[in-house]
Amino acid sequence: MNLTAIDWIIMLVYFVFVLGIGLALKRYMKTSTDFFLSGRSIPAWITGLAFISANLGAQEVIGMGASGAKYGIATSHFYWVGAIPAMVFVGIFMMPFYYGSRARSVPEYLKLRFDEKTRGLNAISFAAMTIFSSGISMYAMGLLLQTLLGWDFSFSVLISAVIVLLYIFLGGLTSAIYNEVLQFFLIVLGFLPLVFLGLKDAGGWSGLQARLAVVATQQGFESGAWSHSWQFLDKPSSNPMGVEWFGMAMGLGFVLSFGYWCTDFLVVQRAMAANSMSAARRTPLIAAIPKMFFPALVILPGMIAIALTYQSGESGFALPKKPDGAFNYDLAIPMMLSHYFPSGILGIGLTALMASFMSGMAGNVTAFNTVWTYDIYQSYLKRGASDQHYLWMGRMATVFGIAISVAAAYVARGFNNIMDMLQLVFAFVNAPLFATFLLGMFWKRATGHGAFLGLLSGTIAAAIHHGLTLPQHAVAGVKGGWFGALHIYPSEMAQNFWTAIFAWSACFIVTILVSLLTRARDEKELTGLVYSLTDRPKEGHLAWYQRPATLGMIVLLMTLVLNIVFW
Amino acid sequence: MGLDIRLPIGLMFSLFGVLLVVYGLISDKSIYQRSLGLNINLWWGIVLLVFGAVMLALGRRGTGTAKPADASSEGRKMMKETAARDADSDN
Repeated sequence: MNLTAIDWIIMLVYFVFVLGIGLALKRYMKTSTDFFLSGRSIPAWITGLAFISANLGAQEVIGMGASGAKYGIATSHFYWVGAIPAMVFVGIFMMPFYYGSRARSVPEYLKLRFDEKTRGLNAISFAAMTIFSSGISMYAMGLLLQTLLGWDFSFSVLISAVIVLLYIFLGGLTSAIYNEVLQFFLIVLGFLPLVFLGLKDAGGWSGLQARLAVVATQQGFESGAWSHSWQFLDKPSSNPMGVEWFGMAMGLGFVLSFGYWCTDFLVVQRAMAANSMSAARRTPLIAAIPKMFFPALVILPGMIAIALTYQSGESGFALPKKPDGAFNYDLAIPMMLSHYFPSGILGIGLTALMASFMSGMAGNVTAFNTVWTYDIYQSYLKRGASDQHYLWMGRMATVFGIAISVAAAYVARGFNNIMDMLQLVFAFVNAPLFATFLLGMFWKRATGHGAFLGLLSGTIAAAIHHGLTLPQHAVAGVKGGWFGALHIYPSEMAQNFWTAIFAWSACFIVTILVSLLTRARDEKELTGLVYSLTDRPKEGHLAWYQRPATLGMIVLLMTLVLNIVFW
Repeated sequence: MGLDIRLPIGLMFSLFGVLLVVYGLISDKSIYQRSLGLNINLWWGIVLLVFGAVMLALGRRGTGTAKPADASSEGRKMMKETAARDADSDN
């Protein structure tokens, strides 16, 4: 793909604006509350857009496009089942405790609600995880730009790392949030023309459906398998994902999605920066509205790419293949960009891709520097220092956090297996988390010992389940089965969903049992932290469209309609 | 006070819009074969320009802005409470 001067100018303009925002915000960073929490002063619509953008890393964009090509419209379940209900839940039911307790981070909430060891476990695993996932996505991006544009791996990794470093160093969380809003619009406005051109080439929605029928039948499925989201989920063998509706709804829709959206500080931090309780609660709800339409932006291009590959359109687009003859699904969106976009708009499209990468990375970095400074440094390394000292530490954490990410990107490049193993371990640590928060927020009897042992058992259960099962056609190793394969799942996705279900259940049960055997905390200490001991937030003075409950209902209804339309 | 987020967004997209429109007018028409014969630079440039202008207009109201913690009521409460909590746990 050849870039011309205009594309470079567009990319340069974007970098100038990103850094300019950081510079302009520098003078507002006076206290650690400014740097880590944006002074709790940001209106809901801004935190809402930042909430989606922080999650919308390049891996998400590339990965969703790839899955759209591989599995068709059923990929939308990662949004409609795997995101929206959890976003509504965190906004309506959990935000009052996160925001109202004035915890500065998710691990700090665990400290207030349970005890020091539960916080420590969560803070350390979260800090390690964010920094390595930022490294992994940096690696993915470096690789992509290398294949696509012939850029040097080190050049693309270092340039994006330095830019993200500068704007967070200068303007802290506020800078990250402002840039995430900018990136949100850039991603939407950069990808819309791609969807438009692709759809036009495929002959509109009906033309696309006809082509997808060819894709499905040639791969041995019924003709609607790529263009219906629910119809073929009755059993694993009738859909390309290899999952059935129960594993999907419970594993993805309940455990994995609630675990991510409700407990991951990366997203929750955005809501915590809002300027009032109701703004914090509205943050994920406002985010949910564009989120439910994102499949049209990131999944649809993948579907178009595969459809045109099986039955070519007038412009002759086709997905490239890997050396082993399988389709290179990850290139679906990048190849479409280079196929349909002439120079000029190509600059916008590539900048949007870079933006998605940088927003995902900035999300990780701001979450890391906060957890590092408050939950690790201030709690275990240096107590009682001045606020200015912690502000300085936050800036330092930004620098070394990014440095470790860059190192991780190079490790990932050299030893792909190590990173796969690491991601697996993180999945084990994450899977049970939601059970701990659910019990912590809604059952006043849950205790610190219960939470801690519950988390450990959940992680162990995940590891054991993974060790005893294998996806079809896989060899024992990173894919599972290292204790011997007791059960074979039809796909890796099905195995992941069930690992999560086991981890969650183990954590849930062990937390309850241990809590009942240990001494309960004084109820007075739990005010503002547990549902039954906290006053409901007052909504009476708000206009109807500002009320979280009303907004939540609207979001759920809209999602339901989308599910029915694309049944 | 503060920087309304819509101002930089509006400015950047207006600039992108102008760049695309100008490029769409002067560029060789043969490059639009890949975009199915449509001068996508010109048309999408106009869309970006309109979007940028709307953002600039809205941004002049100055409501979409972050404030320093001591100028926001929740920020002040936060600073007070966390300071008290930190002092507590040091004892």
